[in-house]
Amino acid sequence: MKRVFAALAAALLCASGASGVPLPGVNQDVIDSDAMPPKLSAFGLFHAGSPRAPLARIGYTLRTPLFSDYTDKHRYISIPAGKKARVLADGTIEFPVGTVLIKSFGWPDVNEGRPVETRLLIRRASGWVALPYIWDADGKDATLALGGRRVPVRFKSPDGQTHEIRYAVPNKNQCKECHSLNGEIVPIGPKGRNFVLDPPGSEHFQSVYFEDPAALKPTMPQWDDPKSGSVESRARAYLDVNCAHCHNPAGSASNSGLFLRWTDDPTTVNYGIGKRPTAAGRGSGGMDFAIQPGDPDHSFMIYRLESTDPGIAMPEVGRSTVHKEGAALLRQWIAEMPKDAH
Amino acid sequence: MRFHHFVLPLAVALVAATPAAAKTIKVEAGGADANEKLQEALIVAEPGDVVELGAGTWSLSDGLSLDVAGVTIRGAGTDEKGSILDFAGQQGAGEGLLVTSDDVFLTNFAVLNTKGDGIKSKGADRIVYHKLRVEWTAGPKETNGAYGIYPVESTDVLVDSVYVRGASDAGIYVGQSKNIVVRDSIAVENVAGIEIENSYDADVHDNIATRNTGGILVFDLPSLPMQGGHNVRVFDNAVADNSTPNFAPKGNIVASVPTGTGVLIMANRNVEVFDNAFDQNGTANVMIVGYRYEHKDPKYQPLPRRIVVRDNAHGKAGYAPAFDGGAQIAAAFGGAIPPVLWDGAGENVIVLDKVGVLSLNLPDVTTPRSEAKPSPADLSKGTPPAALPGIKLPAAMEAKVQ
Repeated sequence: MKRVFAALAAALLCASGASGVPLPGVNQDVIDSDAMPPKLSAFGLFHAGSPRAPLARIGYTLRTPLFSDYTDKHRYISIPAGKKARVLADGTIEFPVGTVLIKSFGWPDVNEGRPVETRLLIRRASGWVALPYIWDADGKDATLALGGRRVPVRFKSPDGQTHEIRYAVPNKNQCKECHSLNGEIVPIGPKGRNFVLDPPGSEHFQSVYFEDPAALKPTMPQWDDPKSGSVESRARAYLDVNCAHCHNPAGSASNSGLFLRWTDDPTTVNYGIGKRPTAAGRGSGGMDFAIQPGDPDHSFMIYRLESTDPGIAMPEVGRSTVHKEGAALLRQWIAEMPKDAH
Repeated sequence: MRFHHFVLPLAVALVAATPAAAKTIKVEAGGADANEKLQEALIVAEPGDVVELGAGTWSLSDGLSLDVAGVTIRGAGTDEKGSILDFAGQQGAGEGLLVTSDDVFLTNFAVLNTKGDGIKSKGADRIVYHKLRVEWTAGPKETNGAYGIYPVESTDVLVDSVYVRGASDAGIYVGQSKNIVVRDSIAVENVAGIEIENSYDADVHDNIATRNTGGILVFDLPSLPMQGGHNVRVFDNAVADNSTPNFAPKGNIVASVPTGTGVLIMANRNVEVFDNAFDQNGTANVMIVGYRYEHKDPKYQPLPRRIVVRDNAHGKAGYAPAFDGGAQIAAAFGGAIPPVLWDGAGENVIVLDKVGVLSLNLPDVTTPRSEAKPSPADLSKGTPPAALPGIKLPAAMEAKVQ
């Protein structure tokens, strides 16, 4: 039976792009079933006993990624043989049934850099399904954690600061809280404007898995690279990736009226400029507006990003540390706004 | 033959609505993995299932969530011998329990000391909150979570026989929803006892709202996906001694509610307040105001319209009006302002109760409050709009609480 990984491996390993030897592994029957296997190995997405050696060889990165407690993320895609993804007009990527998006989370200085957890987003005939797996102590396989778990870790962030946190592996429902659009699960990260194949691969390789590889031209800036865009555009990219999966009219925070998509007008009340708290509770920090132009210290968007208190912090899930560098970018953006902007 | 015509479709409907293998998943407090087992039960439950909480206390470090339609969460009681979900050590999530599926029934357990909201349901149609206790046990504190019971963006909401204490915003808050009943519940020592906000078609009746900052609020706010709040009836409630100093974090709209408010109506249309018993509300038993903040929403209507206040019993009120200039006005009125307070904005504001009404005479909501020219007003002359019909919930919801 011909499998996607085989073709992929062939594409990567053979300069000519000619067919190679199929590898054993990816279990498409399990992927396509309704099963929630207790062990990650049941999917055959990784070489046995090696969390760093995925068989699904379409790797990708994002120009601007979601912050998750300074984890290094490794992202892969498994697309069934003979099927292709395509980029839609609005930039979202439509993956065929049988696709698995695989994302592993870890830190370079935790468990010798092995991932702590791997999350799967599986496109089944009935829709997307999110499954969280936590790697076993011996690092050879990972175990389903439907109910999520807190994992104590100690790591250094890029600025050298040591963090000791109880890292939250999300439960299945929390996966959906972020990956929700009109109540259905959808991928968040892979959008044409933010998606980069890694390694890039040949045009032939891309065309094996994408109907229109030319549409995979990332246009969004890289949040931490000043050469890639202005402070404003990088701040908006950061908000799109870190907030807009909930803060959009069909997302988990639809009732807030705060909408932070890349495509939203950044001068309006609904983008936070002069927006009063709706259901913020303690998240208002005693301030009147989400964004007070020119004054980040009186913008409760900043207050919420810089807090780790569950009654205050945004995002509500997926963060036990403050992303100092991200908050600094947003501070600069707000500080540089004209004070009479609202 | 008629017999067959009727019975066959009915039988089919019953089979479809009741999964063949509906089951009870029993979970117990205590044990190292009690929290994970509880959350896992809420994930693996199937439509029709009951997740039954044993008696005892779960000390939870993370929020719980339910995303399966038609599930019941049933505890063994709300008091200290019942089923207690204690979030004092919560490290993550914006609420204690989040429900995002339809036809869910929550009954007979307690949620305590969440860092954010107590129980939130979003886009959860036909939800029933019944015999629940949501409480911040140290009483009013600014560090308490915002909302106790918090259904939002839902159609058909029933809140029945719940007890909520200590919310730093609203004890029972229904937002951006339609067809709502809040009844037979007790809201104590919250900033707002019960609040209906940006919602359509609600009955709030037979509740006790006491020792809050404000007892029952009917609000409409700008720049939200659903606005234009209307058709709300507030009746047969006891709204007394709402005297707790406002402890809401500044910036939130309820931080502006004066201590000692009974019922407060802001920027809605077709609101009826009748057959309530008011007493000991130091600012006013009933307050009717426009939304007086700056806003940039051309679709927003900031004025109260077609408001009827009738047949209420008024005890002592107005003796400690907690708004700027209130003390001077009270002094001018001989120590207390009248029990009904209107800012002067809006249309068809009708008060048929045989008590005094004080108008601040500020018909334009952009006029600052400092320019108030308070005077007694007679609002009994207008023609009341036709009475609202009352809320009917789907029979299956009512059956759950019978």
